[in-house]
Amino acid sequence: MRDERQGNRRAFLQRTAAIVSGAAVAGGTRAADLAGEPWERVYGAGFTRYGQPSRFEQIGRHLGQPYGELAPGSGAALAPIEALDGIITPNSVHFIRSHSGTPDIDPKAHRLYVHGLVDRPLRFSVDALLRYPRVSRIYFLECSGNSSRALTPQPAQVPAGGMHGNVSCAEWTGFPLRVLLEEAGVQPQAKWLLAEGADSAHMSRSIPLEKALDDALIALYQNGERLRPEQGYPVRLLLPGWEGNMSVKWLRRIKLTDGPTHTKDETSKYTDLLPDGRALQFTYEMGVKSVITRPSSTMKLAERGFHEISGIAWSGAGRVRRVEVSTDGGKSWADATLLGEERSRALVRFRHPWQWNGGAALLQSRATDEKGNVQPPRRDWLARYSPDNRFHNNSIVTWNVESDGSVKHVYA
Amino acid sequence: MSTPSRLLIPAVALLAACATPQRANTPQPKFGEPVSAAELARWDISIPPSGAGLPAGSGTAREGLKVYEAKCQSCHGAKGTGKPADALAGGIGSLASKTPTRTVGSYWPYATTLFDYVRRAMPLNNPLSLSDDETYAVSAYVLFINGIIGEDLAMNAQSLPQVKMPNRDGFISDWPSRARN
Repeated sequence: MRDERQGNRRAFLQRTAAIVSGAAVAGGTRAADLAGEPWERVYGAGFTRYGQPSRFEQIGRHLGQPYGELAPGSGAALAPIEALDGIITPNSVHFIRSHSGTPDIDPKAHRLYVHGLVDRPLRFSVDALLRYPRVSRIYFLECSGNSSRALTPQPAQVPAGGMHGNVSCAEWTGFPLRVLLEEAGVQPQAKWLLAEGADSAHMSRSIPLEKALDDALIALYQNGERLRPEQGYPVRLLLPGWEGNMSVKWLRRIKLTDGPTHTKDETSKYTDLLPDGRALQFTYEMGVKSVITRPSSTMKLAERGFHEISGIAWSGAGRVRRVEVSTDGGKSWADATLLGEERSRALVRFRHPWQWNGGAALLQSRATDEKGNVQPPRRDWLARYSPDNRFHNNSIVTWNVESDGSVKHVYA
Repeated sequence: MSTPSRLLIPAVALLAACATPQRANTPQPKFGEPVSAAELARWDISIPPSGAGLPAGSGTAREGLKVYEAKCQSCHGAKGTGKPADALAGGIGSLASKTPTRTVGSYWPYATTLFDYVRRAMPLNNPLSLSDDETYAVSAYVLFINGIIGEDLAMNAQSLPQVKMPNRDGFISDWPSRARN
């Protein structure tokens, strides 16, 4: 059997060679008639040291600069989640949230202090930090102001990332913050720590010691390369599942304290105003959430028939256990297929096959995490807070597929 | 029974030693360098509500007006009305309304945060440039335009932590967290 098959192949090759050589001799087929696009007929480009996407795939972050040219590095640059797939956000389009721009830090001059209620106040050079044994973890990072643009009086007609792109997910490499705290010797009175950046805002947040000793990372690498300046080069904190503002970038100082410092960014900002005028403070964990990225706002379905509904889901409380998809505005739900649900506090990709029959359709997704938390409907979320609150919006997002295939952002 | 377990223990120990030859005997490396109190004093700029760490120096709102007009007003507006940057004054009593106005006066729970933030981050284009007297004075000015202190009350390491902000009791701590869904 095997011999016969090999014999047949040999015979085929001999026949083919005869045909080709015969044609060449006869001159019946000119080379120009052979299939082959222009790029198949010229020598390709040389190598580059640092790669770029295809010129046909020019994606980019959505810039939110509330102060315009006065402070172009204050605000956010949101990840184009509508153009991405899988769960890892490329470093070039990972969302950025900064308060006073991106500092140009020389790693040779940067240092990190650990002091306050410790036995041994310590200073660490970046070279020293790079010597500790490392771990790598995949975690999402979300600004607690993500989706605040979905709170405008009228639904914004912008791509999904322009509203919900203050979330990204990366493989972070570094070592546990606990290592530095143990080296300094945390005193029993210490219950909190103050983390401070070396940007010109010296952005600072108080962090409960319990989190610092649990899963907080000193991050040095992101998706395999050293942190980008916008992400905190040369060293940042990474607090899995907690509001992004606390993962202090450009980390220069950690002070162990007996209570919270009540910094500007944990009092005047990143506090959640309630209808009665009081505000929730220290709301750390990011709520369970999902958003359909394809199809999504501003896209257009070219034709009826099969379309895959796909999106991302995450929870600060742990693993995403379930994502349901509705195509009728929440009247009925179906379980989507999940990719990556085994990872705690990482993005999960969900996919759901869909036949679009040309009629109007209201697309929604609803995530549930391992603690049983369920993503709330928009009206329930709105009822909890002051109309002015802009933080921790994890409510269900609705895209309306109109009969011509246009996908619009609607409130439902 | 006794024979297999006697054989098993050395075998497991050998396996563990081969799999992680260094972990058992390598101490956690330490690369931190000792640092003096004098060095730390130049870096430690955070001020908690107790006022611990506030520097010497002093300033009044009357003195702070000059600093404010020169270095703050172009972004925060005359008397802290805001535009293009955040409003600093007004809105007291508005938080439970449909259009809350959150300012230093209406929202911030602690006056120490004002000194801390002005010193670490302001002015936007030149932080860490104000003297301690100027920082106290401009903090006093922002408290004054909110009607919280008088124009000639000096703010310093003793008086600033004593200022009771209107919204001091307006916050509910969510830590340790509670379920929200």
